[in-house]
Amino acid sequence: MSLRLENISKSFKLDNGSVVEAISGISLEIADSEFVSVLGPSGCGKTTLLRIVAGLESPTSGTIMLDGKKIEGPSPQMTMIFQEYSLFPWRKVIDNIAFGLELQGLDREERRKRATAYLDLVGLRDFAEMYPYELSGGMRQRVAVARALAVNPRILLMDEPFGALDAQTRNMLQRELLEIWQKTKKTVLFVTHSVDEAVFLSDRVVVLSPRPGRVRDIVAIDLPRPRERTGVEFARIRRYVLDHIEFMAASSKV
Amino acid sequence: MRYQKFLLPLLLVGIWEIAAIIINNPFILPSLGTVVPILIHPFSASYTLGTGSLVANASVSIQRVGLGFLIAMLVAIPLGILMGRSRLLNELFDSLIEILRPIPPLAWVPLALAWFKIGLTSIVFIIFIGAFFPILLNTIDGVKSVKKTWLEVATTLGAQERQVLLRVILPGAAPTIWTGLRVGFGIAWMCVVAAEWLPGISQGLGYLILYAYNFGQTNLIIAGMIIIGLIGLSIDLIFKGVEKKWFMWRGLER
Repeated sequence: MSLRLENISKSFKLDNGSVVEAISGISLEIADSEFVSVLGPSGCGKTTLLRIVAGLESPTSGTIMLDGKKIEGPSPQMTMIFQEYSLFPWRKVIDNIAFGLELQGLDREERRKRATAYLDLVGLRDFAEMYPYELSGGMRQRVAVARALAVNPRILLMDEPFGALDAQTRNMLQRELLEIWQKTKKTVLFVTHSVDEAVFLSDRVVVLSPRPGRVRDIVAIDLPRPRERTGVEFARIRRYVLDHIEFMAASSKV
Repeated sequence: MRYQKFLLPLLLVGIWEIAAIIINNPFILPSLGTVVPILIHPFSASYTLGTGSLVANASVSIQRVGLGFLIAMLVAIPLGILMGRSRLLNELFDSLIEILRPIPPLAWVPLALAWFKIGLTSIVFIIFIGAFFPILLNTIDGVKSVKKTWLEVATTLGAQERQVLLRVILPGAAPTIWTGLRVGFGIAWMCVVAAEWLPGISQGLGYLILYAYNFGQTNLIIAGMIIIGLIGLSIDLIFKGVEKKWFMWRGLER
């Protein structure tokens, strides 16, 4: 039971006719309930990779397999959390969370009941009847997480979800995300450009090279959770991954 | 401080009254005392030279505008949604619309008479032309302003095309469409007055003030104008009120 990316490549054709390769031959296997981060410099195609897994874009070549079945297009097994605020501003918090359930045709009472459970999970029970514009950035991303969880997918795809938040809020949401992950046992594929974030959260960190993105290294992080950012071991792994990226950045400039 | 906005209109009434006394010619400028009785007997036909009461004429005008406006809405909103969604349709219709749009609604009068003869159809057609373009253009704008992320969230949560249209595109575009309706109604209301000057029309506020002119009853002209203004204002206030209540989120989406 797993999510497999087999030899995924993606090229874009520019307006002037030239072709740019965004990612090249990425293969990866993610186990159930595993937390995997994809780490790389900006422009390495990590968001493109995630969008391909989500079914929002199709790869130029390669396949996505879920439990041995080929996935083409969006799948109810996977939901995505976006970097930019993606809540529907005309819907109350509770109705944002219930959106996916509404699409499935659940009646109002059942929707609200389930949505409230996820609202509790992200600690926003008192904000059910508010509108997104009344919430802070961190709260809005919590709602986005609850909305993605509410349809009970097996896999959460997260595209730099905390990238726009201040450092303190970001750290808090990272801890909360781990708690939710441990409670719900979802598989998480998490895209980030922050080494610190990747090392703090993940079971494994997939390091991509600059464009075209290729898998350069996969670093298993077997530190026990909760992890101490200031711990010696944490610092060592962080250093290791960072050196890797800097080496790549330096060599790509030559 | 709110009384300040009534200061100028009151001053104008004062100047009017003084000027009426000085000019001393009710055909040029009737005194307030001859206008007010008409306004405070809106249900009586005996103040309107036997052409039906103010209310009766107003209700005829409102029905005509309502009909033309409704048809404009039913054509412009679906067309606008299609044009906002499809590049092909946008390119197909765009130049035609750009050519027709600058033609003032009243320039269509002779053609309307040639096509539909004298009567309700011609009036409704003129109103339709007046309301159509603002509704169409705002609908296109509104649909284009729907964020790509909103559409992608819906897609990853399993929305079918119909659900995307009804639950994301329509509510997302609604505030802008509403602005189009408001502007469109304003223009339609202006058009009805002029359209009621067409030959063979014997009811409506436009007809009433022209009829009053033929009898040299300037006080009735002014009373009619005040009613026309008040109705336009009231309906605009209703549009604004709804905008405030339903579309609070506009400009605050983040």
